[in-house]
Amino acid sequence: MSLLDVCQRPGYLFAAITVGHIILISAQINSDRGIPVLETVTFGAFAEVQRGASATVGGVRSWWSNYLALQTVRDENVGLRQDLSRMQITLQQERAMAQQSRTLEELLDLKSRSPLVTVAASVIAGSASPDFRTLTVDKGTTDGLGPDMAVIAPAGVVGRVITPGARAARVQLLIDRNAAVGVTVERSRAQGVAEGNGAEMRLNYLAGWADVATGDVVVTSGIEGIYPKGFVVGHIESVERGTGGLGAITLRPAVDFSSLEAVLVVTAPSRAEDSELAAGSGTRAPE
Amino acid sequence: MRTVGVLTAIALALALQTTLARFWDGGGAALDLVLVVVVYVALTSGPVTGMLAGSAAGIVQDALSIGVIGTGGLAKSVVGLVVGAIGQQFLVTAALPRLVIFLGSSVAHAVMFIGIYVLLGLGSFPSPWAGILTQALGNTAVGMIAFSIVEVFPMVIDRSRLSRRTRY
Repeated sequence: MSLLDVCQRPGYLFAAITVGHIILISAQINSDRGIPVLETVTFGAFAEVQRGASATVGGVRSWWSNYLALQTVRDENVGLRQDLSRMQITLQQERAMAQQSRTLEELLDLKSRSPLVTVAASVIAGSASPDFRTLTVDKGTTDGLGPDMAVIAPAGVVGRVITPGARAARVQLLIDRNAAVGVTVERSRAQGVAEGNGAEMRLNYLAGWADVATGDVVVTSGIEGIYPKGFVVGHIESVERGTGGLGAITLRPAVDFSSLEAVLVVTAPSRAEDSELAAGSGTRAPE
Repeated sequence: MRTVGVLTAIALALALQTTLARFWDGGGAALDLVLVVVVYVALTSGPVTGMLAGSAAGIVQDALSIGVIGTGGLAKSVVGLVVGAIGQQFLVTAALPRLVIFLGSSVAHAVMFIGIYVLLGLGSFPSPWAGILTQALGNTAVGMIAFSIVEVFPMVIDRSRLSRRTRY
C-alpha cells in the first residue's frame, strides 16, 4: 500500500493527522527533566538501535584487530616493554616529587582537593544531523548522569551532557556551533570564552590587550559552573590582529573527536570546586 | 509495502549516519545520508511520498540531534516535494540529470536549513559555503552510487539466473 493510497482513505488520514498533532503537542511540552517528551522518547528508542549498531561495528573491529591485525604485535611488545621500563623509572621520580609537593602543601596549609567523581562511558554513536556536533554515550540517568554534566577524556574536555536518557545520553561536543566554555590562556592567565563553530573553536571576549600567541594552551576557567577548572580545551592555532587589538582567534580542540571511544562523565565536582562556586569567586591559583 | 520500505530506508540511513558520523573528523557536515534517502524516495515515488518521507525523516533527525524540531523536517519535506515533482515532469533516469538533482537538492536543503535558523535568530553560520559544497558533493557521490547499486543489482541477479538456466 503506497502513501498515496493512505492519503485517500479518511480513516488512515485521520489517524495520521492525530499522530501528527500528538507529535506537535508533545514537542512543545517538557518532561520532568525539562527536556521535550518527543526528544526523550525518540532519543531513548533510537539509542537502543545505536547501541546495536555500535556493538556490531565494535564486534567487527575487535575481530579484525584481535585476529587479522596481529602481524606486528611481537615487535610492538618488545617496544612496549622498553617503554614500560622507562615509564617505571619516571614514575619513581614523579612519586618522589609528588611526596615533596605534598609535604610543601602541608607546610603551606593549602586546601586539599578531593578528586572528581566520574562515571566511565563508551561512545556508541555520532550525530544524527550533520549540522550539529554530538555524541551518544552508553550511560544514562540510571548510572547517575544528568543534564549539564561535563564530559572529559584523557586529552581534554569533550563537552557536556544535554539529553540524558535512561540507558544512554547525548553529549554536545565543544565544537558544536551552540557550545561555549569559559577558558583561561594557561601562560598569560587571560580569560575569555571559547565558542564552537561546527569544526573548530573561536576564542572570544578576550581583552584587546590580552597576551595570546599561537601554540598557547587554553584550559577551562570553571566560571560557567559546568566544566571543572584547569582541564585542557585546546591550543591556539592562529591569532589575527586588527587595528583595535585582537581579531579572530582560532582554537584547535585538544580532543580528537573522530577517534573518541571512551569518556568520563563528571557526575560531581570536587569539593574545592564546589566551595569556590558557592563563594562565587570563580578563580583559583594555578594547579 | 512501499511505506514500510521507505521507513526502513530512513531508519537504516539514520543508523548508518549516527554510526559513521563519529569517525568523520571535524567535518560533521560531510554527509547527510537521510537527505540522500529522501531524494531517492522522491525521485522513485513522486512528490507526495517524497514530501511525507522528507517530513518524517526530518522530524526524527531533528529529535535525535540538538536542533529545533521541525526545521530539518520542513527543509526536507520541501526538498522531497520539489524533487518528486521534477522526477514526474522530466526524465531523470540518466546520470547527469540525477547528479544535478542530488547536487541541487543538497545545496537547497542546506540553504533552507541555515536560512530558517538565521531568520529565526536561532544561530549563526559564519562562512558556511565550504561546508555546504562539501556536503553536497558527498551526498551526490553517495546518491549516485546508491542509484547504480539499486538498478544494477536486479540485473546482475537476472543475468546469473539466465546463465544458470542456459547451462542446464
